[in-house]
Amino acid sequence: MAESEVYPYIPNSVPEVKAEMLNKIGISSVEDIFAEIPEHLRFKGELDVPGPIASEYALRRHIEEILAKNKDCKEYIGFLGGGVYNHFVPSVVTTIMERDEFLTSYVGEAYADHGKWQAQFEYGSCIAELLEMDAVNTPTYDWGMAAATSIRMAARITCRSAALVAAAVSPDRLSCMKNYGLSAVPTFTTVEMDPQTGLIDLDDLKAKMTDDVAVFYFENPSFLGAIEHQGAQIAEIVHGKGGLVAAGVDPISLGVLEAPARYGVDIACGDIQGLGIPMSCGGGQGGFVATQDEPRFFHEFPALMYGVTPTIVEGEYGFGEVFFERTSYASREKAKDFLGTMAQLYGIGAGVYLSLMGPQGMREIGEGIMQRSAYLAKQLDSLAGVTAPLFSAPVFKEFVVSFEGTGKTVADINKALLERKIFGGKDLSTWFPSLGQSALYCVTEVHTKGDLDALVGALKEIL
Amino acid sequence: MAIMKVRKNYHQARWDEPMIFELSTPGVRGIIPPAPEAEIVAAVGDVAGALPESIRRTTPPALPEVDQKHVLAHFLHLSQETLGSNLNADMSQGTCTMKYNPRVHEDLAADSRFANVHPWQDDDTLQGVLEIYYEFEQIMKAVSGMDRFTLQPGGGAHAVFTAASMIRAYHRDRGEAEQRDEVITTMFSHPCDAASPATAGFKIVTLMPKEDGYPDLDALKAVIGPRTAAIHITNPEDTGIYNPLIEEFVNVVHDAGGICFNDQANGNVLLGIARTRDAGFDFCHYNAHKTFGTPHGGSGPGTGAMGCREEFAKYLPYPTVEKDSKTGRFYLDYDRPDSIGKIKGFLGSAGVVLRAYAWAVMMGPKGLRETAEISALNNNYFMELVKKIPGITAPYAEGHRRLEECRWSWQPLTEETGVGTDDILRRVGDFGLQHYWSSHHPWVVPEPMTIEPCETFSKEDIEEYAAVLAQIADEARTDPELVKQAPHKCASHKRSAEEELDDPTKWATTWRAYKRKHGKV
Repeated sequence: MAESEVYPYIPNSVPEVKAEMLNKIGISSVEDIFAEIPEHLRFKGELDVPGPIASEYALRRHIEEILAKNKDCKEYIGFLGGGVYNHFVPSVVTTIMERDEFLTSYVGEAYADHGKWQAQFEYGSCIAELLEMDAVNTPTYDWGMAAATSIRMAARITCRSAALVAAAVSPDRLSCMKNYGLSAVPTFTTVEMDPQTGLIDLDDLKAKMTDDVAVFYFENPSFLGAIEHQGAQIAEIVHGKGGLVAAGVDPISLGVLEAPARYGVDIACGDIQGLGIPMSCGGGQGGFVATQDEPRFFHEFPALMYGVTPTIVEGEYGFGEVFFERTSYASREKAKDFLGTMAQLYGIGAGVYLSLMGPQGMREIGEGIMQRSAYLAKQLDSLAGVTAPLFSAPVFKEFVVSFEGTGKTVADINKALLERKIFGGKDLSTWFPSLGQSALYCVTEVHTKGDLDALVGALKEIL
Repeated sequence: MAIMKVRKNYHQARWDEPMIFELSTPGVRGIIPPAPEAEIVAAVGDVAGALPESIRRTTPPALPEVDQKHVLAHFLHLSQETLGSNLNADMSQGTCTMKYNPRVHEDLAADSRFANVHPWQDDDTLQGVLEIYYEFEQIMKAVSGMDRFTLQPGGGAHAVFTAASMIRAYHRDRGEAEQRDEVITTMFSHPCDAASPATAGFKIVTLMPKEDGYPDLDALKAVIGPRTAAIHITNPEDTGIYNPLIEEFVNVVHDAGGICFNDQANGNVLLGIARTRDAGFDFCHYNAHKTFGTPHGGSGPGTGAMGCREEFAKYLPYPTVEKDSKTGRFYLDYDRPDSIGKIKGFLGSAGVVLRAYAWAVMMGPKGLRETAEISALNNNYFMELVKKIPGITAPYAEGHRRLEECRWSWQPLTEETGVGTDDILRRVGDFGLQHYWSSHHPWVVPEPMTIEPCETFSKEDIEEYAAVLAQIADEARTDPELVKQAPHKCASHKRSAEEELDDPTKWATTWRAYKRKHGKV
């Protein structure tokens, strides 16, 4: 036994309790249990790890001192997006997500965990209303995984193994899709972007959309900010060749942007982080995948799907796993992909968020974001050598700012902005070299006019 | 000494809660988002209104319209109808290590210098987050003996998938990708050890246990060969049985040119006791949300910390977190040409890593070992009590001790009374305990029950749990209908139409679908 220390998280670390338990088992030491492990495989000595920091207060001080080395988007004005978004977090969402009942639950049955199942069902139902689709998964890891899952689902539904992907997709998400998709979709081909508008080049799509293509995936708004309004034409081209349309959408835009089901999207996906989940350095991600509730689509979901169902009490809502055989919990390697611990808590948070916002809140937040974006773009565009937005298509909360005409690099500009407590937009010069010295700026409802003017003022000094 | 109490008078909150959509009244609002200033509006006008008609939303989403108090009350009601592990003696969810999730971690994760940080900020403004990642990786290396870790996978199954992707890349680089297309696992390893490599494109070979429940070395030797890419194996297995021949398993696979992955989802009991590297493994993963005290969140977010030997490190997902040895500055390394790429956005579940680091440094080396020791002690104490209940058995491994958990069988009781494990697990909920985990499918152990009384449960918790099981076994004999119709005191009652959950004309996973299929207005 280790030395007799008593740990606040380990009640039976009290020596007298241990002794009593050992006695009852009829052994003299836990070593009698660990004798199951061959002696030469036992670890000798003490693990080389820090601690203990036994006092909670001391632990708090220790961690807070480390966190003090970060700079945050309250002290600084942030314009980074690209999948992690600085949206406001309602207090009610925080309250619910911090409840130990939800926070520390896991995979309990829908009796003692009835509330969790209902909250998840309601979350999926709210996402369904945004998308106008009837089947929504319990959250997967993030948007990249949701997009990758969409691609694999499409390959199974169509029995095809090639994918087309729009040029203006996040390179990180594309990387995730390629690695995850590899065994089912070995070929990913890029569909070009119109360099003027930033929209999908329909001629290129038409040329590449052959009858071995399972799916065309695009993002709306695109990773580079363009709001794609050619959805119906895209769907016509893709469906005409027997393929499926998959689209990654930003749920917070869907109070003002059309529901993807209405412009021909078969599989919609995206991330729920912006719906009341803090950024947490990218730790707040959760992915949704949705389709219409047709068996050929539904059968291909890998995730748990919670369904409402009757109980022995008339009129009572019960919940259960829908078509559980699909999942790897039921069918191991014969399942649709794999399943595991993913991001359900964020689903509950997003459900609370959407319940608070309602249709009116979602419309207003979308309208306000678009106005702020337009305002900032206009101000930036007035600076010498700066073009904003770079593309002519309408934008939602993100847009490309070109600094090509300034003779300065984005790296230098961002460094100078950082000195003024501003996180400038994402430098695109590595990911999209054809755009030259350009950056992806993100504006949300948290930005005041003062914040936007501060950026413009700082750039005036720097450029 | 604390008292042991079976909560016979327990009753969970039962709010008979409507759907949030049923609480909706047109025009009611729950929160007002911040409006842009008048100067902005004046400068740009109605931007959304100017969108092309094809993309402008004209039909508002049919979201609930509920005032803030009623939204709060609704979700508070639902929370009260949920039995989180911090509320009960949740040793029920065996293999899941439902240990206490410390409250202080939630305060730390809510700190603005963490919560309001963007992962693309300049590394100089992320030094705190990067330090935590770097230091937790060092802790994981010490615990496992491995050379490098990625903390990006969002859960255990995801870590297994990540390893399978890296193994695929390794064989590809050696020109053996086509030849080595099989991954071997065992039936008592988690289903993801089969499903995740299958998703990566491997054919799966599953070894059945020997009659005594131990993994079958001869069966392994019979299937090993030039097609073997890897073995993905849990140890201890979900039966709580430690495979004493684990090193021989590893050697057989290595001799055939295969790679060895150790799923350490059950690794809580091995902290400071045995390191996976010392048994020869090339890869492993630990679940932060099991072993390192982070909350399960209803099933995520989690972190599957995945480690490997140096030889495989070049395939790790980008970016890795590095420390400049001269300046001590931490930085993200994206320049990894052999990387399999991204498997999750950004840095993974950063909040989970933060909490796991906090847990590990609070425990320290002795505390980690104490964790393992008390897990083993608790399980064996529980077994001592439960094996005396007539009608239950602990199949396999006669004369041996289980480590952190046991997969039990109620088969004798079922044969005697007709009451099965699905009935018993529902009835457990009537005593303020989470419904227990039976087993993954297929049920190799008949009428299974998997219980893991990890280190944060008290002696009295364990006694309470055993007493509840004894009482239910008694009820199965005296009043079987009581058990078969359970639960009676939970937030909702027994489902009455299980078959509808597999019927496309009846199932409904959203309110839209429910209204359409069941004629609700």
